[in-house]
Amino acid sequence: MTPFSYSRASDAADALRRATAGAKYLGGGTNLVDLMRETIERPAALVDVTGLSATIEERQGGGLLIGAATRNTAVAEHRAVRERYPVLARAILAGASAQIRNMATMGGNILQRTRCTYFYDDEGSQCNKRVPGEGCDAIEGFNRIHAILGASPACVATHPSDMCVALAALDATVHLRSAGGERVLPFTDLHRLPEGRPDIETVLEPGELIVAIELPPPLATRSTYRKVRDRASYAFALVSVAATLAVEEGRVKDVRLALGGVAHKPWRAFKAEDALRGQPATEQAFRAAAEAELAHAVPLHDNAFKIELTKRTIAAVLGELAGEAA
Amino acid sequence: MNIVEQATKVTKTAAQGLMKKAVELAPDSWIPGGNPDPLIRQQHGHVGKPVSRLDGPVKVRGAAPFAAEFATEGLVYASVAFSTVAKGRIATLDTATAEAAPGVVLVMTYRNAPRLKPMPAFMSAAKAAGGDSLPILQDERIHWNGQPVAVVLADTQEQADHAKSLIHVVYEAEAATTSFEADKARGTEPALFQGELMKVEIGDAETALAAAPHRVDATYRTPRHNHNAIEPHAATVSWNGDELRVHDASQAVVHTAWSLAQVFGLDEKQVHVTSPYVGGGFGSKTLWQHQVLAAAAAKLAGRPVRIALSREGVYRMVGGRSLTEQRVAIGAGDDGHFTAIVHTGVTAMTRHNAMPEPFIVATRSAYAADTFKLDVEVVHLDMLANTFMRAPGEAVGTFALECAIDELADRLGMDPIELRIRNEPDKDPTQGTPFSSRHIVEAYRTGAERFGWHNRAAPGTRREGEWLVGMGCATGTYPYYRMPGGAARITLTRDGRATVAVAAHEMGMGTATVHTQVAAERLGLELDQVTVVYGDSTLPGVVLAGGSQQTASMGAAVIAAQHALVGELLKLAGNDSPLAGLKPAEVGGLDGGLCKLDEPERRESYASILSRAGRDEVTAEAEAPMPLELQHWSMHSHGAMFCEVRVNAVTGETRVSRFLGSFDCGRILNPKTATSQFRGGIIMGLGLALMEETQFDERKGRVMNPSLAEYHLPVHLDVPAIDVIWTDIPDPHTPMGAHGIGEIGITGTGAAVANAVYNATGKRVRDLPLTLDKLL
Repeated sequence: MTPFSYSRASDAADALRRATAGAKYLGGGTNLVDLMRETIERPAALVDVTGLSATIEERQGGGLLIGAATRNTAVAEHRAVRERYPVLARAILAGASAQIRNMATMGGNILQRTRCTYFYDDEGSQCNKRVPGEGCDAIEGFNRIHAILGASPACVATHPSDMCVALAALDATVHLRSAGGERVLPFTDLHRLPEGRPDIETVLEPGELIVAIELPPPLATRSTYRKVRDRASYAFALVSVAATLAVEEGRVKDVRLALGGVAHKPWRAFKAEDALRGQPATEQAFRAAAEAELAHAVPLHDNAFKIELTKRTIAAVLGELAGEAA
Repeated sequence: MNIVEQATKVTKTAAQGLMKKAVELAPDSWIPGGNPDPLIRQQHGHVGKPVSRLDGPVKVRGAAPFAAEFATEGLVYASVAFSTVAKGRIATLDTATAEAAPGVVLVMTYRNAPRLKPMPAFMSAAKAAGGDSLPILQDERIHWNGQPVAVVLADTQEQADHAKSLIHVVYEAEAATTSFEADKARGTEPALFQGELMKVEIGDAETALAAAPHRVDATYRTPRHNHNAIEPHAATVSWNGDELRVHDASQAVVHTAWSLAQVFGLDEKQVHVTSPYVGGGFGSKTLWQHQVLAAAAAKLAGRPVRIALSREGVYRMVGGRSLTEQRVAIGAGDDGHFTAIVHTGVTAMTRHNAMPEPFIVATRSAYAADTFKLDVEVVHLDMLANTFMRAPGEAVGTFALECAIDELADRLGMDPIELRIRNEPDKDPTQGTPFSSRHIVEAYRTGAERFGWHNRAAPGTRREGEWLVGMGCATGTYPYYRMPGGAARITLTRDGRATVAVAAHEMGMGTATVHTQVAAERLGLELDQVTVVYGDSTLPGVVLAGGSQQTASMGAAVIAAQHALVGELLKLAGNDSPLAGLKPAEVGGLDGGLCKLDEPERRESYASILSRAGRDEVTAEAEAPMPLELQHWSMHSHGAMFCEVRVNAVTGETRVSRFLGSFDCGRILNPKTATSQFRGGIIMGLGLALMEETQFDERKGRVMNPSLAEYHLPVHLDVPAIDVIWTDIPDPHTPMGAHGIGEIGITGTGAAVANAVYNATGKRVRDLPLTLDKLL
């Protein structure tokens, strides 16, 4: 670990003041501190933002505003979340371990780095994310856990968060604050695809801070999250699906679908959604929607199975939700 | 090996062959274990009781000191820099920034390291413990990707780690041999394991196979595995003049002391290694370069050094299990009788030690067959030296063999247990020696009944919702070993207390507890009157906690020491004792004294004997006899392993829902600690079956998942309730009638899981781990 300074922000304005060049915001530290130990992250200063808002407020019209410092466990346990956004509670509980969820904050979870063993091997491997332009050892290496959608020749890593997949499916927005003021972004616009600069993972400006996450009223009462992984607990998703489905008279009235473990960012499955609206809520339609979403998936040496796995999991999750709705 | 060495080997092997024949033909009574241990008959004492582990309370309180927890004045902390190429030389090495970093005491590289001899590689001499035999920081050569190239000492671990990250090394890489397939294509070499050629040919197996009315012939693959003991490797070392003191995490304290003495040019008495507690060994806690580096750096800096490897450090510096590619072919008649067993294949190793993963060892004694062809071939790669890992050979060999049996049973339309029973041998099928104790059929019958084996359905026919449910079974087997070198010292005091000293090890398996029970029983004392001291290279015996042999080694050593002690006591008792005129063999311990074994009322207490002789204490030390029983009988443990799995029809995810191990491992000395050992082995077997895999990137020869986040081991949710039962039939020819049980749990487990997955899905997966992508 490289030496760094540490300070604790009393509020958002204080955090922005402290966030000088080379500083990083520190939430629960469950990813950032690991990366610092591996010398992959070497911030000159850490600004602890766990003292910022950690409240969950009801919004007029039926949404929720969740302070960015709220711990993952607190969100998963919150009654309104469990009742109205079960997909979010389930996604959070599918991730990491109880100890990590107790530490991890909402803002920190969103900003965790992508997962790739070559990215984590600071000393022995090439990675465009660590050293832009250096090359990518994963493309021809072990890439079973890597992306099948939206990857680039520069990077094939995947975003590891479960929670973020649910947020993508819920039409969440993120409230951001910087020296220039405040702005609100659709959650699905926050993370970037790698393109030529995989080292830049979000559209956040330097020093910009996530202060809250807003959930609009849920599309439907039925929503769920399914995670497919190599062991029963404490493993990143090979593929995950977050979905909420509204069915009326046997037809899909509306649907939100997002995928994890398949791309550099939480992947909102817009194509599948478009393909489904107005269609009969049948296994055949679900499978066709999944095919539409994965039509342009590009497999690597070790991860071709993810294409079929994703299709199957999408169809199974939608089938389950449709069955509950019937 | 050159021609001369080969020839020497052949001559030696011929001489050994004669000796072996003589031992085979000798009367039982000449052989250790020929006269059953009297303890076998005692059924109501301490042995066999579920005594809780005596070290439990100190461990729960955090009061048990492990290797990286010994405080020493002036201690400095070590951090190791590893090479990033597999072969070549260090072209430039810049340590200036690291040396100037805060808290740094020393940066040691090949330029300033003291001159050291290589470690004597394990099995190259009686007390050799080295993981490899390479020069350690002696030159600029690189032999594997991950080789230590520098050690930083600093006042804190954080300072040492930071300074280490400032060392800049440029390598001149050379073409390395890191591809298993490419090297295999260039040709393989026969494997020598423990001095023995890994080849058995009896009859013409290929011809018999070709002629067999039924046969299977398939290739099975197992990947590299890394050691992941809960306690990463660590040592705290200091020098006092020319005396080296090592607080180690060790399963071989005497071997380590002797081997370190060779490295530093010392007498073995000048090296003192202790290891009171070890957080798991599994074959990995021997001598690797980290202890040598710590001792060398301590010498150079003139300060005591603590080296505690990071998890990544263990992956880079401590070898694991090598990969295997195994062909198993079995020919059978219509009645299931095996006419041929072929088990051949290739594994990768290095030229830096002598460890070809011996995957055929279980097949040598598992089943009767008309013909055999067994062969391990090796390729040599530029990689970290691979090593012993729980049941080396059997863990992966039984996967291949026992899957093949299952495949054959399927083709024959026969129950796989029935097929196994029909091929049960009446003597060792490749050695011809009688079995000392073999009750696998009984273990199968009781196991099958308890598990509900009769409910097994045809492959792919049982479904509950999304889940396909299946059952599988397999035989686990591991040899009974007892290595030469066992010795023990017993000190008995007038107040009726005994101290039993053996240079053995407690790695969490319950050794100290079980041997307190055994010694108390043998001496006729209560548990709180006996103290077992261990984990110290100055104690008697050369006792490796490996090969599941420590219990036997300690048992035989304590028998010998007790005989000597009884002899001493009989001399002291003299002619005024009720014991007068008896021979040591006629006498045993009972109720705080000695008695005539078949006439227990003829007795005298230890206190009485010692006070009459005017003695405060009496001590006896003795060596165990050579383990000739291993050549006289075929000695093995067995387990009938039963598994139920649920495989998700949508995702291919496999979850083990039930597991039963039904063991035939001689007499169980402590049901509580034994159950944990069996379960631990089975859990490790579930990892082997379903998830463990070292990602060795052949482009650079580099391990890419040196982390518990990416190298998957079973977590609690992956482990169902594991039922464990045993025959409890004593082996009449072993101390206490017991067998070591540290390794058998992992054997057969992989095949039981794979066979259950086949039964659930109708899909046969022959390469581990059995991940979901192979089942989609």
